Amino acid sequence: MQTKRMTFSSRWLPYALLAPQVIITLIFFIWPSYQALLDSVYRQGDAFGIRPPTFVWFQNFQALLADPLYLNSLRVTLVFSVGTTLLSMSVALLFAVMVNRMIRSRDGYTTFLVWPYAVAPAIAGVLWWFIFNPTLGILPYMLDMVGYDWNHRRSGTDAMIMVIIASAWKQISYNFLFFLAGLQSIPHSLIEAAAIDGASRMKRFWTIVFPLLSPITFFLMVVNIVYAMFDTFGVIHATTEGGPAQATNILVYKVYRDGFVNLNIGSSAAQSVILMSIVIILTVIQFRYIERRVNY
Amino acid sequence: MVENNRWGTLFAHLILILGVAIVVFPVYVAIIASTHPPGTFVRGVMPLWPGTHGWENYWTVITEGRSRAGTPPIAGMMWNSFIMAMAITIGKLSISILSAFAIVYFRFPFRIFFFWIIFLTLMLPVEVRIVPTFQVVANLGMLNSFAGLSIPLIASATATFLFRQFFMTVPEELMEAARVDGAGPMKFFKDILLPLSITNIAALFVIMFIYGWNQYLWPLLITTDPNYYTIVMGIQRMVTGGDSEPLWHLVMATVVLAALPPVLVILLMQRLFVKGLTETEK
Repeated sequence: MQTKRMTFSSRWLPYALLAPQVIITLIFFIWPSYQALLDSVYRQGDAFGIRPPTFVWFQNFQALLADPLYLNSLRVTLVFSVGTTLLSMSVALLFAVMVNRMIRSRDGYTTFLVWPYAVAPAIAGVLWWFIFNPTLGILPYMLDMVGYDWNHRRSGTDAMIMVIIASAWKQISYNFLFFLAGLQSIPHSLIEAAAIDGASRMKRFWTIVFPLLSPITFFLMVVNIVYAMFDTFGVIHATTEGGPAQATNILVYKVYRDGFVNLNIGSSAAQSVILMSIVIILTVIQFRYIERRVNY
Repeated sequence: MVENNRWGTLFAHLILILGVAIVVFPVYVAIIASTHPPGTFVRGVMPLWPGTHGWENYWTVITEGRSRAGTPPIAGMMWNSFIMAMAITIGKLSISILSAFAIVYFRFPFRIFFFWIIFLTLMLPVEVRIVPTFQVVANLGMLNSFAGLSIPLIASATATFLFRQFFMTVPEELMEAARVDGAGPMKFFKDILLPLSITNIAALFVIMFIYGWNQYLWPLLITTDPNYYTIVMGIQRMVTGGDSEPLWHLVMATVVLAALPPVLVILLMQRLFVKGLTETEK
């Protein structure tokens, strides 16, 4: 990693400059993570200190992977992240392609499409929860007219659809901005050449534009999966609270429940460690991609 | 030349208008709901036209909250959110710009090591290590305080990376000239680097403010004293606290107030926002 060709020299100054960030990182990031690693291989002692914590190797992990509730949570998280990512990215791509055709109205549409980024996930959840409210909500009312009895309090599928829509809605702006930037960096000459050769608009999109967007698509996929897995805690916590019958109990929410409500520190720590490994893998993928980023 | 298809453009407008309508719809519904008296929500479907109790509802949530359900007035919660967001933003920006300065403009032992420590923060979001982080903050006696709300969240790898990247593009000559003129590192930082970084700082400010304002899980964990509730987490208390059905007109008024500041920031500083967003991710 490079510095400037010429650097300042000082024995202590660089350390002093780094100190605030490094100290905060050590205290609030590294130490708790280390603690999570430690907790994950211990069985906690009882509250009276009669039975001390015991080292149990990987028992917490074994228990976790044998626990049908945890396996269910893994499955739920998979459905939820894939659903959120697909929905949000495809809608955003459609909007970006359409906006990219416009000249005068481009900024106007962009303004209308970017602000949901500012809405907190918990608020997004409450908004859609209201719209989907089985007695008051406008969407269940309309669904009722076509004969569907919407109730996310009883039906796990309904609840899942609701939290996916709420999470995807908030993320559309982000994907839209990146897709739009990607579309604008595609040289117009390529599209014109294809047009002269008689390729239709659809054909041009699928054979030229979409492949050229693939690096951005891949990047957004990773970002969206990270978002769906970790940042959507608020959506779940403020609305379904993991229910009904565990149908929306995603991994981050389960860590919180098991740690704070059920007070099962060992299991919660083991879950934390598994989640950390997932984030690390996703971050590595993301950064490897950036190194190899295709430029056109 | 690419063909100019009039019907195609019309169709695109149609899709976009529909899209914008869908994107705006939830907030429209919230604003409408916040202007109705409580009675509206007892029967039938939610209203789609403005009601008459707007001022009354907003006045109630701002000054009273729902005292019976243990939710303090919104005004206080918004103030807390503002302090938390500002503390996180300013904290993140200042520690990141200092460490980026150290990493780019100095050569010293363990430089790469420190860089990796900072990089690690990317891989350890609070959400995945909830319980131990809570324990650390509790041990330090930082529960129910603004320090506890903000300091654990201000380490930021992305801001450090962005500043590092930007510093690498600053011409070498500037520093050489400064050194020839006898300026020390801190003088160079203050008089040359900082003014050059203003746009980057502003762009990051927008992103970080939104990040700080929208914190949910963290305030939820470490505040038990209503005096430190922030508005985004307060909404959850309004929805679940108290009796069976939420008081929708008040909940929606709170939702609108909670979303307003960050949305305004984006709308007023759209250019900076787009710059901040697209550059932090590169």
